[in-house]
Amino acid sequence: EKLYQKSKKPRPEPRQSSGTGPGVRVRGVVDRRCSRPQYSNYIRKMALSSTRIAKKLSGALSRSFSTSRVVAANQLTVRDALNSALDEEMERDETVFLMGEEVAQYDGAYKVSRGLWKKYGDKRVIDTPITESGFAGIAVGAAMGGLRPVCEFMTFNFSMQAIDHVINSASKTFYMSAGTIHVPIVFRGPNGSAAGVGAQHSQCFGAWYSHCPGLKVVSPYSSEDAKGLLKAAIRDPDPVVVLENELVYGTAFEVSDEVLTKDFVVPIGKAKIEREGQHVTLVAHSRAVLLALEAATALAGEGVECEVINLRSLRPLDEETIVKSVTKTHNLVTVEQGWPQSGIGSEICARVVESPAYHYLESPVVRVTGVDVPMPYAKSLEIACIPQPHDVIKAVKKVLKIIK
Amino acid sequence: MLSQMLKSVTSQSQTRQRALATFLTSVRRNGTVSEASFETQLYKLHLLEEPPSATATCTRDEALLFYHQMQIVRRMESASSNLYKEKAIRGFCHLYSGQEAICVGIKAALRPQDSVITAYRDHGWAYVMGCSVVGIMAELTGRAQGVARGKGGSMHMYTKNFYGGNGIVGAQVPVGAGVALANKYLENGGINVALYGDGAANQGQLFEAYNMAKLMNLPSVFICENNGYGMGTSIDRAAASTNYYTRGNYVPGIWIDGMDVLSVREAIKYCVDYCTSGKGPLVLEVATYRYHGHSMSDPGTSYRTRDEIQEVRQTRDPIMLFKEHIVGADLVTADELKKIDSEVRKEVDEAVKIAKSDKEIAVQELAADVYSNPLESSIRGTTPFDPYTHQRLSKITNLH
Repeated sequence: EKLYQKSKKPRPEPRQSSGTGPGVRVRGVVDRRCSRPQYSNYIRKMALSSTRIAKKLSGALSRSFSTSRVVAANQLTVRDALNSALDEEMERDETVFLMGEEVAQYDGAYKVSRGLWKKYGDKRVIDTPITESGFAGIAVGAAMGGLRPVCEFMTFNFSMQAIDHVINSASKTFYMSAGTIHVPIVFRGPNGSAAGVGAQHSQCFGAWYSHCPGLKVVSPYSSEDAKGLLKAAIRDPDPVVVLENELVYGTAFEVSDEVLTKDFVVPIGKAKIEREGQHVTLVAHSRAVLLALEAATALAGEGVECEVINLRSLRPLDEETIVKSVTKTHNLVTVEQGWPQSGIGSEICARVVESPAYHYLESPVVRVTGVDVPMPYAKSLEIACIPQPHDVIKAVKKVLKIIK
Repeated sequence: MLSQMLKSVTSQSQTRQRALATFLTSVRRNGTVSEASFETQLYKLHLLEEPPSATATCTRDEALLFYHQMQIVRRMESASSNLYKEKAIRGFCHLYSGQEAICVGIKAALRPQDSVITAYRDHGWAYVMGCSVVGIMAELTGRAQGVARGKGGSMHMYTKNFYGGNGIVGAQVPVGAGVALANKYLENGGINVALYGDGAANQGQLFEAYNMAKLMNLPSVFICENNGYGMGTSIDRAAASTNYYTRGNYVPGIWIDGMDVLSVREAIKYCVDYCTSGKGPLVLEVATYRYHGHSMSDPGTSYRTRDEIQEVRQTRDPIMLFKEHIVGADLVTADELKKIDSEVRKEVDEAVKIAKSDKEIAVQELAADVYSNPLESSIRGTTPFDPYTHQRLSKITNLH
């Protein structure tokens, strides 16, 4: 195993896709920069210096490289993945409908529901007033009454106004009624930190929702995840919370032909191993998967092979996959953007410690999380509040005792 | 044989019971008639021109049914009160005594495709919507024969087209509007009745529901059961406007005397017509009274006088008033009603026996029916060492 020898040139900051807040039109430009690490790595190595020309050149090359790949493979943004999931499920089942703020005539605050109102009309794509508590309750009642609503929260921060309906009206009803009243509802929307939107618009609700029995909670990262999990959620007869991420809406992922089919569904409760490795397991969900992959790429350059697990679902949590991986690698670092206390990483750590994998651990589990403060606005502070690849790299090196 | 009785009873409220008018169709051997007409109590209107019917026709069978239903509810609530004092019922127990005319009257006007949702004062509602007396009493005592197998308790009783039984004040109202949305979407002709108390009437989510129901023209009837008190807070201390039937603002409303079961029924018949002809939602206020405290942990006398309670019992009791109507109109005889009383007593007493002696469900069943489509077979217990197995035992009643 190579030891970390000398500091390399600081990498350019990860370019964020056009960070927008609610109410700002998104141009819906497909981010042609493929997120697969090999390509960005290749391009980085090609850059002679960090001058603007070189950056432009590398940018142009990466774009042309990605474009030439389009002919061979399918590129699908997360936004389009969600859009086609909604479209396909609405076509398949007449009781599926979408409601939320700006989902119809505005085409969706983040353009996720673009084109749906034109296609399906007022009955099936319903613009609501800005009254989360009311419309979430109405969505729950509609589900009880025989429909399959997809209730959109413009961001999950606003779901706090309606959380009583998500938990008390939706998730507990099947149990309280001794299994006689089911609530086939989906609550979806962007979750977690965005870019420059401040404290009230940046919270991750993964821990809060995954805490509650009666709910299923999914947190897609890639386009494949997004499409497959949203379709699974809509088809599921129980309440499902779909925690999307605004900053990956514009990211294009390479997807197989199967993903583009109308019945492509990803099972809820099963994680995906994004990258295999034998030295350490990195477990992440949503956008933190990208973070883990970037760290894994950098670490691979130093001979550390990370196994990156994309959780895909927070409830049920795929304990089996995590335990199997840790049993193989003997080291675990969890990665999330949310706050540390009572977070997803805490749950993973507890489960691993209670499992047979504990005896295979060669060091204590480390969590990489968002900083334990409300999200500040100033750019450098915001970046410091969200874990970056170097944080994950440091955690891995500490866990592997490469550094003290 | 003609008989005409005049009764006028003045009460503290603004309503006066007007003269009874009897209308003969036929005379039976025991001296009863098969049908009679009564005048309904005055309705107050908000943004409506036409009131509900000024007369209500009641057949003999209906009279017997309504009386029987109201007596069952009254008796069940009494029995629940005793069971609670014996500690056979734990936690919450909110009693409906005094308000029986509302659930019986409303249900009488609903059709099979209509649905109801209410708050936690739901025992009477569970009964009229189809739950058995045994099922209700056993649910209160938490036993296996309970309508929710003992897993729900007092506030969480459900059956077909009855969406509970809800513990969070006000939450049932937008949920009810949602059921109405489903009715409209599926074009099944149903309406939804969403009930709430005078305390819940000030909740923000109600106004959100009124707004959306009006915008989307939903077949929703929002009904405030105004019994004068939200827990221990009288209406004038909680609401800047106590005209709850006008609180829908742009939504038309009706005020109804909730102590007269036939007036309630006529009003709901009106609502069914209104909503099913696509005119949108309505907000009703049904004036009523509860004899017990807010719940069993409230004696109900610290914020109101015993005299007040007594006066309502003596002058406005819905069962007493209905009895006077139907006996006075010769629809039924006093003896028949006595017979019903003893039948009711017997039925409720037997249900109480079962509710006390029945077993609770097996502990393993605590892990049953958490999900209708479980994705994991095991559920974590108090420690990682003894997980439960998720079982699917039930049959879903709201499959459409």
